[in-house]
Amino acid sequence: MSVESGLISEQQQTTMKEKTLTHGINLAEIDRADTITALRDVEKAIHVEDLDLYYGEAQALHGISMPIARNHVTAYIGPSGCGKSTLLRCLNRMNDLVDGCRVEGRITLDGNDIYDKKVNVAELRRRVGMVFQKPNPFPKSVYENVAYGLRIQGIKDKRKLDDAVEAALKGAALWDEMKDRLNDNALGLSGGQQQRLVIARAIAIEPEVLLLDEPASALDPISTLKIEELIYELKKDYTIVIVTHNMQQAARVSDYTAFMYLGKLVEYSDTNTLFTNPAQKQTEDYITGRYG
Amino acid sequence: MMTIRDWFKSGSPWIWLTASAVSASLIMVFGILGLVAVRGMVFFWPSDIQEIAYQEQDGSQVRLIGEIWETERVSAVILREGGNELPDGNDFVERHLLKTGNRDLYGSDFRLILEPYVRERNTPESLMAVERREWGNLYGYLLAVKENGRVVASGENAFAELEKRLERVLDLHDQSKRIEKKEIGEINYGLERLRLRERRLELDGKLTPERSKALARDRATLGADYAALQTRLSDLYQQSGRDSFTATVQDGREVEVPLSKVVRVTLPNAMSVFGKSLRYMAAVWEFVSDEPREANTEGGVFPAIFGTVLMVMIMAVLVTPLGVVAAVYLREYARQGPVTRTIRIAVNNLAGVPSIVYGVFGLGFFVYFLGGSIDQLFYPEALPAPTFGSPGIMWSSLTLALLTLPVVIVATEEGLSRIPRSVREGSLALGATKFETLWRTELPMSSPAIMTGLILAVARAAGEVAPLMLVGVVKLAPSMPLDLNYPFLHLERKFMHLGFHIYDVGFQSPNVEAARPLVYATALLLVVVIVALNLVAIAIRNNLRERYRALEN
Repeated sequence: MSVESGLISEQQQTTMKEKTLTHGINLAEIDRADTITALRDVEKAIHVEDLDLYYGEAQALHGISMPIARNHVTAYIGPSGCGKSTLLRCLNRMNDLVDGCRVEGRITLDGNDIYDKKVNVAELRRRVGMVFQKPNPFPKSVYENVAYGLRIQGIKDKRKLDDAVEAALKGAALWDEMKDRLNDNALGLSGGQQQRLVIARAIAIEPEVLLLDEPASALDPISTLKIEELIYELKKDYTIVIVTHNMQQAARVSDYTAFMYLGKLVEYSDTNTLFTNPAQKQTEDYITGRYG
Repeated sequence: MMTIRDWFKSGSPWIWLTASAVSASLIMVFGILGLVAVRGMVFFWPSDIQEIAYQEQDGSQVRLIGEIWETERVSAVILREGGNELPDGNDFVERHLLKTGNRDLYGSDFRLILEPYVRERNTPESLMAVERREWGNLYGYLLAVKENGRVVASGENAFAELEKRLERVLDLHDQSKRIEKKEIGEINYGLERLRLRERRLELDGKLTPERSKALARDRATLGADYAALQTRLSDLYQQSGRDSFTATVQDGREVEVPLSKVVRVTLPNAMSVFGKSLRYMAAVWEFVSDEPREANTEGGVFPAIFGTVLMVMIMAVLVTPLGVVAAVYLREYARQGPVTRTIRIAVNNLAGVPSIVYGVFGLGFFVYFLGGSIDQLFYPEALPAPTFGSPGIMWSSLTLALLTLPVVIVATEEGLSRIPRSVREGSLALGATKFETLWRTELPMSSPAIMTGLILAVARAAGEVAPLMLVGVVKLAPSMPLDLNYPFLHLERKFMHLGFHIYDVGFQSPNVEAARPLVYATALLLVVVIVALNLVAIAIRNNLRERYRALEN
């Protein structure tokens, strides 16, 4: 089976492009939804359409197209360097920070192109929060870490901040551990606590989408378990996209899984199907551990 | 069996080499500090006054009184060539530099004496050292204390009487000094401001008769105050001129000195070690807290300390924001490429430009161009007398800020580049703009690095003298750049600086021999001031670093 074969055939892509051009976005969305049976009845938050990404001359992502379901967990799996983190970082335009990075194609959030010139990137990132591989708390107190995004938004009211910090810490299952340590320096926390703090920091500004870039890869098994439970809790309120190269983790926490290889989307379906009955030989090889 | 080859291979020679380099540096640093400290600190110790019976070249015997200032071994051959007759057998002869004081009588404070001609030496307890406001020290025997020319005490109890009366005179002197400096200074300042206001109104064509009448009234009030102070002053002068003392000096002459010309009298030969220690501490305190006297060769250096510290502080206030902002642009906003690289090289090379070049630039650009323009625009009433158009503390600070700018830029860039990308991204991912990220996270986190830059800048600026000679330092500043007259901080004023003070005292002084120990003492003080400034900055930096400590790993 060829590597190029993704969810959408070349022909389909071409027709879709024409349709987009002639009839606008909605028609394309309907088409797209049809391509993944599992996602047919689900509300979508994000659409990635024909995304090509270049680092200078080198192309890192090749024609990625995928819808992302609202209030579900979508996991990206694949071997190292397959572009899953790059794709994730496109969703809140974090790749803008990389010199020489160029994106073609489009990504819509609630129907609006996030790569449009008029888009306020800071505003976009407020709606699409992100948690990184290594915990990256600021060298401030626990409280100030969580309140950071709110202060950026200009909220100064002490009570409002207190409430929001408490809610966010509770949301990240950290309140009980932290309620007496709010003024401690966040850098003194354990790795797992730091990562949950970073999640609390991200949900304090109430984003719509939460991007998790291998959130548990630097953590011990207990902390990992806590993060996974947290993800399960959070999907009630947030659309979550998670990158992981731990396949068990993807199987445990996600509703939909995309397998990527060499910058291409190889297979995308509901997690159960992908792990028990993969359509592509490559996917099967990867999840059975034949390479990767 | 260990061969040389093995020894080399073991790496031991390398360790020895590196360790000896470190020790050499340490020895040099402590050598400098030790020399300066010893030479400088010994100066304040009240040494004994010797009475020496000395045989002159013509065979006559004279009495000399003074402190042995310095002793060196001189080749007898050279001395013989110079016309001195010396007993045979000695290759080297000790030669003393004797501070005989009484410059008003002998025209010089010092004379050289040769050890072989010293016939007798004593340290009688009744020998008195008098520190005077003019003409240097006086050494001699106290004869009598006089009030209005009438002897009130002589013999045994004369010294106690002298001390008592001196206290009164010193008190009067303080009072008159305060009036001269502060109150009359204020009046003069007020008169000058009135004059400038009048001139200003005149220039603007707004000098109405009422206004000039009001000004005249103000001036009259100040004039009346001045007259009152003058009478008080002359009264004080008269009171302090009441007492005097007489003493015999080394050649037996009797001199009379009014107490108003005396700073201190001591009997060093009669002092215990404890008494000398007290005297020593008082002298050190006087040195750091007093104003200079007698063309900077006597008294203290307080204005110089103050000027140095204030200038460095203004410099720090100017250079920090400028350097940080420039570094932020270079590191965060500018596109990295050949242009930024060129700018960086240029900035780094600026640090290597000789400081006198900055002085020339400061004089040409800041003082004449900027200062001249400011005078034209804002101080036309004072013209042709310049306000900012002449060297001053503001221009000195700016010139040194320019000089130390590269250090701050480089250090700040270093600090910004050390911030992990993840922290930056974390902030941006929370919807912060680049500016908010910089302001709330990156700059606080790089503050220890900025402080390091500032420490280096302060260390460099505090020690710089050459450019300052062109843009603001003077030998003796009539008034401090910070005082109680509105607007309190007078940035246009000239100031004194410890570094320049060293140069001035050491090389420009009318009395080089007497001033030499002062050079060491001032040098020591300069080092102490710089170290103190640095310690403060280091303490702040360590505090900041502690806060962001965990980021280092």
